[in-house]
Amino acid sequence: MKSLIQKLVETVGPSGYESAVRDVVRAEVESLADEVRVDPLGSLVARKGSKGQDGLRIMLSAHMDEIGVIATHIDENGFVRFTNIGGVRPHTLNGGRVRFTNGTRGVIFMERQDAPDRLPGLDQFYIDIGASNRQDCPVRVGDVAAFDRPFLDLGDRLVSKAMDDRISVAVQIETLRHLKNTPHELYFVFSVQEEVGLRGAQPAAYGIDPEIGISVDVTATGDIPKSPFGKMDVSLGKGPAIKIRDGRMLSDPRLVTLLIETASRAGLPYQLEVLEGGTTDAAAIQLVRAGVPSICVSIPTRYIHSPSEMVDYRDVQNAVHLLVELLSKPIKLD
Amino acid sequence: MTEKSSAPSQVSSLDTAPVDLLEKLSNAVGVSGDESEVRNIVLEQVKPCAEQVKIDALGSVLVTRQAKVENPLRVMLAAHMDEVGFMLVNKEEGGLFGFERVGGLDVRQVVGKPVWVGKKHIPGVIGARPIHFTNAEERSHIIPLDTLRIDLGPGGGDLAKVGDRATFATNFEQVGPTLRGKALDDRLGVATLIELVKNPPPNIELLAAFTVQEEIGARGARVAAHAFNPDMAIAIDATPANDLPAWDETENARYNTRLGAGPAIYISDAGTLSDPRLVRWLVENAEEAGIPYQIRQPGSGGTDAGAIHRQRAGVPSISLSVPVRGAHTAILQARLEDWKNLLALLYTALQRLDRKWLELERR
Repeated sequence: MKSLIQKLVETVGPSGYESAVRDVVRAEVESLADEVRVDPLGSLVARKGSKGQDGLRIMLSAHMDEIGVIATHIDENGFVRFTNIGGVRPHTLNGGRVRFTNGTRGVIFMERQDAPDRLPGLDQFYIDIGASNRQDCPVRVGDVAAFDRPFLDLGDRLVSKAMDDRISVAVQIETLRHLKNTPHELYFVFSVQEEVGLRGAQPAAYGIDPEIGISVDVTATGDIPKSPFGKMDVSLGKGPAIKIRDGRMLSDPRLVTLLIETASRAGLPYQLEVLEGGTTDAAAIQLVRAGVPSICVSIPTRYIHSPSEMVDYRDVQNAVHLLVELLSKPIKLD
Repeated sequence: MTEKSSAPSQVSSLDTAPVDLLEKLSNAVGVSGDESEVRNIVLEQVKPCAEQVKIDALGSVLVTRQAKVENPLRVMLAAHMDEVGFMLVNKEEGGLFGFERVGGLDVRQVVGKPVWVGKKHIPGVIGARPIHFTNAEERSHIIPLDTLRIDLGPGGGDLAKVGDRATFATNFEQVGPTLRGKALDDRLGVATLIELVKNPPPNIELLAAFTVQEEIGARGARVAAHAFNPDMAIAIDATPANDLPAWDETENARYNTRLGAGPAIYISDAGTLSDPRLVRWLVENAEEAGIPYQIRQPGSGGTDAGAIHRQRAGVPSISLSVPVRGAHTAILQARLEDWKNLLALLYTALQRLDRKWLELERR
């Protein structure tokens, strides 16, 4: 699974420009699913199973897109000005590198700071792709890039850009691979444009009209020095997190109970997650049409929205086991 | 990236931009939520020619023009009828009204301006304390909105009521190559859409939405898109040209768009990542037909496309705008040539549009 993760995280796919990731996903799921289609906004939908007597129509969603940048201006000296795609944090940028969808690579740096005690704004950064003037610069206004950082395997811990949310893309692919039988009609959605406001999952859910929605995404942890998330009771290595709530969703309590019972029965470690800010595709899915009972299975992740996001490989594998267990059996929501 | 063999090689063009119609539209008072004055002009223009005209529950005008071919692409075009402005919220003695802003208006743009109140365009003034009675400290701060009033003069209290809308009182004019008016955002789009309804490209089913409440969150476009359920959508709007020099010898890197450089094609704004297939479709058609165009700088702001593309199972969408200086102020300026080129590009590209553009996956 590590090589699949590496392939996924090293692919360039900022929001709105996920096609290269989609190609990787399709190559993996084509032989595993009963039907694969791409929706109008670019999400890939892989169906497995048909709705039987004890089955439900269930949508899973992991987003293919990652945060990135988009060129706004090429100045006369060939420096590229840019703005963000999704939640880019200025303090993670300086000295970092980017790779454009056309293959061009460059380094980010910032102008002299007149107020060094304040965080600089994005308009104070530029990308140097090695051009000396506007004419030589192969980047055009509107070209998009992702942060460029190689995959790092530390044993149990894996580090890369775009773990958010390729790690969950990998989890969904592996779940599909290991799921032998299911009473359900399962739609594995590899969604687009999550980082810019859950724009892909909402229409995908409308098209599928599911009876249960499950997003698979990363969540923050409280197990680092002075965590920005305070005393958050989620750590790396203690199992996938079952979301109770986040900034925009209250998980359906029946699904929380069901996932806890499923994990306990299978002897899988799990954690309970209360995330105060941020949200996932499930927040969009739950509000589609007449409403969808929804939940999120989270992969605990350090340093989210930085070029070095860290997960624990055992959490990733246990997330697959948990989902396979859950989806193999009939589900009754009373 | 697509073969164009099935598309017509000869396309007709729209040679004239209806400036008289734009004048009428720009001078109408149509602040978000009370677009009826604009709607009446739209209805008067489209009713004689359209197969179907409907006013939806929120007040948008939904017009359908049938294609002349079988199984046509169903293309939604949206232009918003509403404009930013004011609402009277508190009646006081002597024809004075307290007011609030509707939509994104900079309070610094409000002071000292004449306004029109309500459908009868009752003339008023937003006054402020003159320089004689202010000190340097006071003048260095923004005047708070709650200290300003719309002044309709003696008896004015009988002419307007709380809830009435008001706009800047700016009469439309054409000055050489420049169009000036208060509501070019988005009456330029409305006039464009009327022109297309009158001259529909025969190869598509034209679904024209004259929307309400764009300036307060694209509320009209959202339900209009649900109703139309289109194959794809284009928002026609006006976008700021912040193209004056930076004045401090630095390069202006945040121009957004430039006046006179052609219609602005969107790649990304705060609400939409345009469908790259549609970006290529517009760019290729512009280049083949020799029509000037510019790429709007990716950044903030939004159009009806932000709401439309998320409706139902998703709608491939893009925006195309006329650049305007002074957006959301008392006087906006556009170049007639940019508008003509927007009409030309839109009309040319639509006539060459076929399913191939959307049969390929988004990439």
